[in-house]
Amino acid sequence: MFAVEIPYWQLTILKTVIVLSIIPAAAVVLGYVFLLKMMAHMQSRMGPMEPGGFHGWFQLIGDGIKFIQKEDIIPGEADRRVFAMAPLVVLISTFLLYVVVPAGPRLVVQNLDVGIFYALAVSSLGVIGVLMAGWASANKFALLGSLRAAGQLIAYELPLVLAVVGVVIQANTMSLQGIVHAQADGAIFGLSWFGNPFILTQLVGFGIFLAAAQAELTQTPFDMPVAESELVAGYMTEYSGFRFLFFFMAEFGTAFALSAIAATLYFGGWYQPFFKTGIMADVMGPVVLGAKIMLIAFLIFWIRFTFPRFREDQLQAFAWKFLIPLSLINIMATAVFKVVL
Amino acid sequence: MAVTDQQRLSYIASQAADARLAVELQTEEMTLNLGPQHPATHGTLRIVAKLDGEQVVKADVICGYMHRGYEKLTEVRTYPQINTLINRIDWLSSFANEVPFILAAEDLMEIEAPPRAQWIRTLLFELSRIANITLFIGEMGVQLGAITPVFFAFRDREYVLNLIEEATGGRFHPNFDRIGGLKDDLPKGWIAETKQAMDRIRGYCDELENLLMGNEIFEARTRGVGVIPADVGLSYGLSGANIRASGVDWDLRRDAPSPLAWKELDWKVWTHPDGDSFARYWVRLQETREATKMVDQLLDGLPSGPIQAKVPRIIKVPAGEAWAHTENPLGEMGYYVVSQGGLGPFRVKIRSASFHNISIVPWLLKGVYVPDIITILSSLYFILGDIDR
Repeated sequence: MFAVEIPYWQLTILKTVIVLSIIPAAAVVLGYVFLLKMMAHMQSRMGPMEPGGFHGWFQLIGDGIKFIQKEDIIPGEADRRVFAMAPLVVLISTFLLYVVVPAGPRLVVQNLDVGIFYALAVSSLGVIGVLMAGWASANKFALLGSLRAAGQLIAYELPLVLAVVGVVIQANTMSLQGIVHAQADGAIFGLSWFGNPFILTQLVGFGIFLAAAQAELTQTPFDMPVAESELVAGYMTEYSGFRFLFFFMAEFGTAFALSAIAATLYFGGWYQPFFKTGIMADVMGPVVLGAKIMLIAFLIFWIRFTFPRFREDQLQAFAWKFLIPLSLINIMATAVFKVVL
Repeated sequence: MAVTDQQRLSYIASQAADARLAVELQTEEMTLNLGPQHPATHGTLRIVAKLDGEQVVKADVICGYMHRGYEKLTEVRTYPQINTLINRIDWLSSFANEVPFILAAEDLMEIEAPPRAQWIRTLLFELSRIANITLFIGEMGVQLGAITPVFFAFRDREYVLNLIEEATGGRFHPNFDRIGGLKDDLPKGWIAETKQAMDRIRGYCDELENLLMGNEIFEARTRGVGVIPADVGLSYGLSGANIRASGVDWDLRRDAPSPLAWKELDWKVWTHPDGDSFARYWVRLQETREATKMVDQLLDGLPSGPIQAKVPRIIKVPAGEAWAHTENPLGEMGYYVVSQGGLGPFRVKIRSASFHNISIVPWLLKGVYVPDIITILSSLYFILGDIDR
């Protein structure tokens, strides 16, 4: 064990730097693998092939460099300070999400007892930034987009929370680390070798979580707030240069974080059956978690590239009339099994 | 025209009803300007919509940002030059633009093209219909948020465009039709290639039927959206698939006298009773399938013989007036040619389908939600060049 004592402030700074570097890395990985390459191959295209030599891997980094060099444009009518702050607020919400996700037995920034509760709470902070962006842009498309985003978030936060309740009931804890251990130590039908990933018992909950996460990310089929064929780019219409880059990073960073939470809740997070404790679990943890994240992100982006989008009223109806009743039934069924078994 | 008391009273009543509604809801109208630079208008169409929340109260269509003055330009050009010009009206199915104009000129000159030329004209006409509508079938998806179908559309349309290029030399603007026949015969090996491409297009139609039309979200977005009753559609001069989707069984290929080969083929005019956006999509999809079948029949029954009738070297059209119209991919397209006996026409009136098809938009958009504006516009399927000539 490398029980090195690092003073509190140094440790905090170290953790902050790591999380801050994970967000752009996650955005680049998801953006490259799914947005550029997977989508291209699904649409019988090649995607970028030149930048960087190998299958255009440098494309997004080059795009990022281009965005940083661009002029910082703020519309004349805009509320300058709010306009400038909005992308940061969105990014902070993404940043806070990473704090509780465990990547190994000891690899977690802060193991909160109410981890999942905290994660769902901060994930909805981003909408404040979206509302700020839409309002401060002084643009009608942006305003419509941000109001749609707010309405959508209120509607889909509820099924997201209710879907998680099923997992919390089964795991008896709200700590994400605790949920991983509950899955690692669990058994299903007497089989305990690979534990009990909650996907086996909470399949319905996983489906609801995925749909609601898709809506939180404002991705197709729930991308009314940024519907490019009617609202140009929704709340991002007036943003360009590095401010747009922040929005882009926040979008893909949040997609990565929500996939990580889904992987932790339903696929056992960093857990693999070979190394349950010790240094190897810490080494393997990020790799295993990363693989599970990519699996879930694949599902999210697969849906994104295939489906048309809901209309605003249909989107609300889908949340209130279908997902929420379904998640309530899921909670009841879980509770009944919990008591009976 | 004098306004009767009845009309005045009903106007006051409607104003009072609107005022009462506005007081009850306490909402302020917002004017949203879509275009002329906007991703949904695929071109430079402008729509000024007054919104109450997300609901459209009133929508005005402003067109003419791309007006190129073709009707005026025809007055100072010879017939072969005009043929080049009118290729650019509906740029997705250029060959289909040439045919009615040439038919009108042939009518004035009392020339009839030989049968082989007529069959090849029909063949290229239907190929350009396929090239045009395959794009619509995919593009409707991208307007509704599904980004993948449009790439399939571009992929498979390429086969048809290659065929048109091989036969005519022009991918987009063939300029192939001549008074009294065609510029050239078909190249060697073209028929077998075309049959393969038609199989591909049928596969594409099946694919899109599964991927997009069978999708529940697509149905929810299009069913019951933008319903055009048959009588309203007819009164606005709608034509083509837009009116057939309202249940009007009217197709100029079957109903109008034409020297082209449609009468000799075995095919069906598809109609749909609903008149909504879904019906328009469905009718176009079926029409593409039908067109591939027509192409197969045309290839099998292609008569032999010359492709050009005897035409004087310098084309002078005798004085007179002629009207020719055909069922183009977007709807009825016609040319009214007035000749005073010179090298070029005295006046040409171009009746293009899209201009009439979008005239119903202000009526259709009343009371719909903002996302439905896009559904309705894309399901009406217009080409900006066809609106603004």
